[in-house]
Amino acid sequence: MMPESDTRQSDPSASRIGAPVVELRGVSKRFGSLEVLRDVSVKFRRGETTVIIGASGAGKSVILKHIVSLLKPDSGEVHCRGERIDTMTERELVAVRTHFGFLFQMGALFDSLTVAQNVAFPLVEHTQRAASDIAKTVSEKLRMVGLDGLQEKKPAQLSGGQRKRVGLARAIALDPEIILYDEPTTGLDPIRSDIINELILKLQRELNVTSIVVTHDMASVRKIGDRVVMLHEGKFIFDGSPEEMETSDVKIVRQFVEGRAEDEQLAGIRMKGKP
Amino acid sequence: MIITTIGRKTNNSLEAFGRFWMFCLRTTRWMFTGMFQYRNWRLVMPQFYEVGNRSLPVIAITGTFVGMVLAVQAYDQLHAAGFAERMGVLLNLTLVQELGPVLAAVMLAGRVGGALTAELGTMNVTEQIDALRAMGSDPIRYLVVPRFLACLILCPMLTLFADVCGSLAGSWIAVGLKDIPYEPYTYYTMDAVAKWDMGVGFIKSLIFGWIIGMVACYKGFHCRAGAEGVGRACTEAFVAIFIAILIVDFFIATFSTGLYKMLYGFKSLV
Ligand SMILES: Nc1ncnc2c1ncn2[C@@H]1O[C@H](COP(=O)(O)OP(=O)(O)OP(=O)(O)O)[C@@H](O)[C@H]1O
Ligand SMILES: [Mg+2]
Repeated sequence: MMPESDTRQSDPSASRIGAPVVELRGVSKRFGSLEVLRDVSVKFRRGETTVIIGASGAGKSVILKHIVSLLKPDSGEVHCRGERIDTMTERELVAVRTHFGFLFQMGALFDSLTVAQNVAFPLVEHTQRAASDIAKTVSEKLRMVGLDGLQEKKPAQLSGGQRKRVGLARAIALDPEIILYDEPTTGLDPIRSDIINELILKLQRELNVTSIVVTHDMASVRKIGDRVVMLHEGKFIFDGSPEEMETSDVKIVRQFVEGRAEDEQLAGIRMKGKP
Repeated sequence: MIITTIGRKTNNSLEAFGRFWMFCLRTTRWMFTGMFQYRNWRLVMPQFYEVGNRSLPVIAITGTFVGMVLAVQAYDQLHAAGFAERMGVLLNLTLVQELGPVLAAVMLAGRVGGALTAELGTMNVTEQIDALRAMGSDPIRYLVVPRFLACLILCPMLTLFADVCGSLAGSWIAVGLKDIPYEPYTYYTMDAVAKWDMGVGFIKSLIFGWIIGMVACYKGFHCRAGAEGVGRACTEAFVAIFIAILIVDFFIATFSTGLYKMLYGFKSLV
């Protein structure tokens, strides 16, 4: 069996990865006195899978929300498919947003609707397809995430991981060009995580989807990432391939790769042991 | 120091006030532009059921007992003064103009306003509203307009229902228990309660419905994070609606009596 990185290298990635489709230019964002993003600039290219890593609370989810203009930057610009979107009205944004799929960190399923209605939601809102056609697409998308047959359940009856996967099925329902995944494998068992990783790869290979993945899961970074960026204290402090990440000598990146905390970070829990 | 604090507070409340009106404006715009699409009407029906049908029992009980209490309270004094036959006038005028609209609206605010704020607030803190926006559906169109319409249209209808219940219950006390003769009772009532009074009651309840729908949805959409934020938004919504209803009631009463006198002169009921 060939290692994953080899299959990717055999892929002519130079032609697969195209021009930037999403771009943040000098974006700053603060919530009250908390400065989350400081003058962040980054480009995401067509067909490329970019993984965003960073400490909990670093602002990764905030970045994703800026990309679909759910949050507006305090200063700076957000461009998407050649248009500046941070100054658009909600009405103008509709056309832009239908090109996106967004998997929310907590799933964000509509709890008054069934699983099937949740996944069908973008199809019902943005297409004129017949009900039987929609039902077929819904069951196909649910099969992709391993949940076909749960159509009539309510989100409250599902486990956390199942909700996440329904959210993923909903995000890909319209076959979007750009998919934003906020921690797609968190809360899933290792086998299921691997299936989701394969799904992300498959969508990228077959539909040439541009993916932006926020994750804490180093196994999936290595498996799906074409490029890794790391957010730390409101800035991107690392930008490179997963291979470069492995050999990086930036301290905080090393700690992420090795999954190891420094002595001073452990001081808080050591104190308790000693009088 | 104090001045800056006051300044900031005023600034914040002015900002919130502006946001509230923007919210109303967007809702109104969607109401008109969305009117011609079938998919929007499909969203309205469940809300009518939720707001209307489910509120009937509480509204019926409120109306009935208010009518009976009024009759019991008024009878002795009127009887002593020899005006017992005109009790229907007092009873029905109070019901149609004041107590019907106000109490029905307050009940509706408690029963529906709280539930709406809680529902939308929970959707807000669990990112469901963001999810709607991210999928290119305007949450105002999808969530607010159907709920607002249900409040706006059903508040007058429920008020009318409360009026009828109260009026029937009151006349049952008067005619059935206190032995006021039926004919003069209805004659005086019909004579006194004019279209004008019904109109005032209707306009009041329409405005109250507007307040309930708008404030409840606004509070749900702008609540703070967490279960605590949702709980607080519900309380704030109820209090704000209640106070707004009483204040608006006062101004409409003042305005409508003034207008009546200007148009028709003073009308004596006794
Ligand atoms: N709507 C908001 N209002 C106020 N503060 C916010 C808001 N959204 C995010 N924050 C703050 O911004 C910071 C970054 O949040 P974010 O959700 O982006 O973190 P994250 O990197 O996704 O973390 P995690 O890995 O735990 O999901 C946090 O400190 C959070 O408190
Ligand atoms: Mg996050």
